[in-house]
Amino acid sequence: MLVYILKRLVQGAVTVWFIATATFVAMHAVPGDPLRGERLANAQIRANLEARYGLDKPVLEQYGVYVGNMLRGDFGLSYTQQNRRVNDIIREHFPVSATLGILAMAFATAGGVLWGALTALYRNRLPDAVIMFFVIVGISVPSFVVAAVSQYALVNLNTAFGTSLLPVAGWGTVWHMLVPALVLGLSTMAYLTRLMRSSMLDITQSDFVRTARAKGLPPTRIFLKHQLRNAILPVVTVLGPQIALITTGGFVVELVFAIPGLGRYFVEAVHQLDYTVIMGTTTFYGAFLVFMVIVVDVLYSFIDPRVTLE
Amino acid sequence: MSATPWQPTADDFAKAESRGDAQRIVRPSISYWQDAWQRLQRNPRALVSLGIVVALALFTIFGPWVWRVNPAAQDVDQISAGPGARGSGRIVEPYTAWAGVTVETLPTSGSAVATGIRLAEPPTTHAVRLVWDPAANATGYHVYRNISDPKASRALGLPLGDILDPHRVSFEDRFDLEAVPYWYSIVALDAAGAEADGYAVFEAEPKLVVSADEAVARGWVADSSEARVGDAVELPYHPLGTDYLGRDLLSRLMHGARISLFIGVVAPLLFVFFGICYGSAAGFAGGRVDQVLMRAADFVVALPFLLFMILFRIAFGIGPGESGVFPMLVALVLLGWPSTARLVRGQVLQIRNEAYIGASRLLGAKTPYLVFRHMVPNTIGVILVTLTFEVPRVIFIEAFLSFIGMGVAPPTPSWGSMSNEGIKTMLAHPHELLFPALFISVAVLAFNLLGDGLRDALDVRLRGRE
Repeated sequence: MLVYILKRLVQGAVTVWFIATATFVAMHAVPGDPLRGERLANAQIRANLEARYGLDKPVLEQYGVYVGNMLRGDFGLSYTQQNRRVNDIIREHFPVSATLGILAMAFATAGGVLWGALTALYRNRLPDAVIMFFVIVGISVPSFVVAAVSQYALVNLNTAFGTSLLPVAGWGTVWHMLVPALVLGLSTMAYLTRLMRSSMLDITQSDFVRTARAKGLPPTRIFLKHQLRNAILPVVTVLGPQIALITTGGFVVELVFAIPGLGRYFVEAVHQLDYTVIMGTTTFYGAFLVFMVIVVDVLYSFIDPRVTLE
Repeated sequence: MSATPWQPTADDFAKAESRGDAQRIVRPSISYWQDAWQRLQRNPRALVSLGIVVALALFTIFGPWVWRVNPAAQDVDQISAGPGARGSGRIVEPYTAWAGVTVETLPTSGSAVATGIRLAEPPTTHAVRLVWDPAANATGYHVYRNISDPKASRALGLPLGDILDPHRVSFEDRFDLEAVPYWYSIVALDAAGAEADGYAVFEAEPKLVVSADEAVARGWVADSSEARVGDAVELPYHPLGTDYLGRDLLSRLMHGARISLFIGVVAPLLFVFFGICYGSAAGFAGGRVDQVLMRAADFVVALPFLLFMILFRIAFGIGPGESGVFPMLVALVLLGWPSTARLVRGQVLQIRNEAYIGASRLLGAKTPYLVFRHMVPNTIGVILVTLTFEVPRVIFIEAFLSFIGMGVAPPTPSWGSMSNEGIKTMLAHPHELLFPALFISVAVLAFNLLGDGLRDALDVRLRGRE
């Protein structure tokens, strides 16, 4: 078990190193210049700035410094925001994204398990049809459309009632988080509902459920203890990739709802070609996602005793 | 009740007449594809989706030939026009300057706000000319314009004019006029030059007018001799309205479909093909080669997909005049192939050990025969299903990237970039977001349901699952 975790961590570290290198190569392949602006016509200012960002060194040495700094957890200085460290940016904005992501993930898993179980219970009846209709909508409508439409609806609702029922955009209180988190979790919720439904239907026909029924257990007990607990297992396996989806989906939701999260910051940095911020946040996101997949895989062995990690 | 036992007679033991056709299969044998097609036809959802996919393909391929409107042409008189709206304009004399109105005597008592606001002449998009009666003790006036009624909340809108002469009681608005209602507010200034609390509001809706030369320049009439003053001219028709730059939405949707569906169909074709080659190579080679190849695939899977799509886009550094479609295709192929490779490898490994392959080999079949007679027909169904599911995924990715401005570069239309533009004017003109969003959703939905149907029809093992 410990060996397995170590092996996965080493593999993950290699992946993160590759991501860091790929970002470095990509950023140095960009045509153009990280230092722009009329101020830089002055050769002395330019030389000073190049020295400050280490751009005067050969590329290989820059790469060495970059990897060395990254190993110490230092992502360097921002190009567009003077005197701001990338670490500070991440420290300041990531908690916002993480809060939103965790809330969305909670919405998605709770909703997915609940709706999936309900549709399986009411198979081929009205609740099933209604929920599956929304599932199909959730899967085929892009998140930015859902975000835009819900914001539009919020604006109109607030106008209709004459008071601010829920804030339309921004960040700060729990009320600000509700709608963005729901929107962010919606497609994952739809996907998990579908998965939960088919997994529940499989379980319902299994031998141990028939046995439980034959020995006279009450239906609620069969449902909660035998069916639900076993049907959740396939849902847990896909959580890792779904975390990645929610993380990147946050870019869009943060843009639409004007949430000061790392995702919005990343998109802005990409538009402004803020090299160090792009390299830092990409590597950070990459490391985070790789790590989350490992965590979910390890957790799975605790939830399902049949799975042994090798 | 007593049953009589059966009493056999000698006839019952007579030799049965042999019928030669007893073993014959009467129903004509149908091929795998005929069978699949019959199954698909029994699935109404899949059939409807197939119809939608075909309709989208026709819309994309033939649409721009039927609706020949340049997607980049701006109709400046109908910016953000709603669906089906068709304005008309009137040809008038060219604009001539207006001296305005002044009064000699200024009132010292009476209303503190300007009263009796009226139009000096009918409002047009050339000019809106306002005249009012002077307010008591005013030293000047500020003129504001809003696109909604300011009511009591003092939402006066755009400051247009700053009149510092109390004798001047008129204002001419020539600023960016469109044929929509405007609410003008006139605020009197006190002796210190500060705005008074009260203000007078006047609503005016200019009519669209052009001079003969302008009508020719915009292509409404062939030459200025045909344009007589007073003539009404019909503006270009936009069935789905126009966007924030006055470009025809229907035409942009058609050209956008060419980009979005091109990426959505070509990218999966390319990476599924690459995945098939890679996966079957790994499956056939087996052993160490297989392990190394699959470890490489695992590695690519572990990379965060969208982050790398963004990185590729930055690395390619799209220059001016390029649409960014090619870099996106390359990035999708580089990152998309592993899932198909894994699938095909699994299929190859599984089929290789099937008894019928062994039997065929025992009968002396060569490898190429085995591949084309058994391997390909047995995997093609699964691959087709994968392909169908990859299409909506890639359409989604294109839309996502274009939405955050990392995909197709403007002015090239794609459904994602159109949504991105539409969301900025969503509150005032929802149709600009609605139509591209609808097309993305319908396309994704149709391909997903078609994929479900194809899976049920083609994949015998998965049949009946949900």
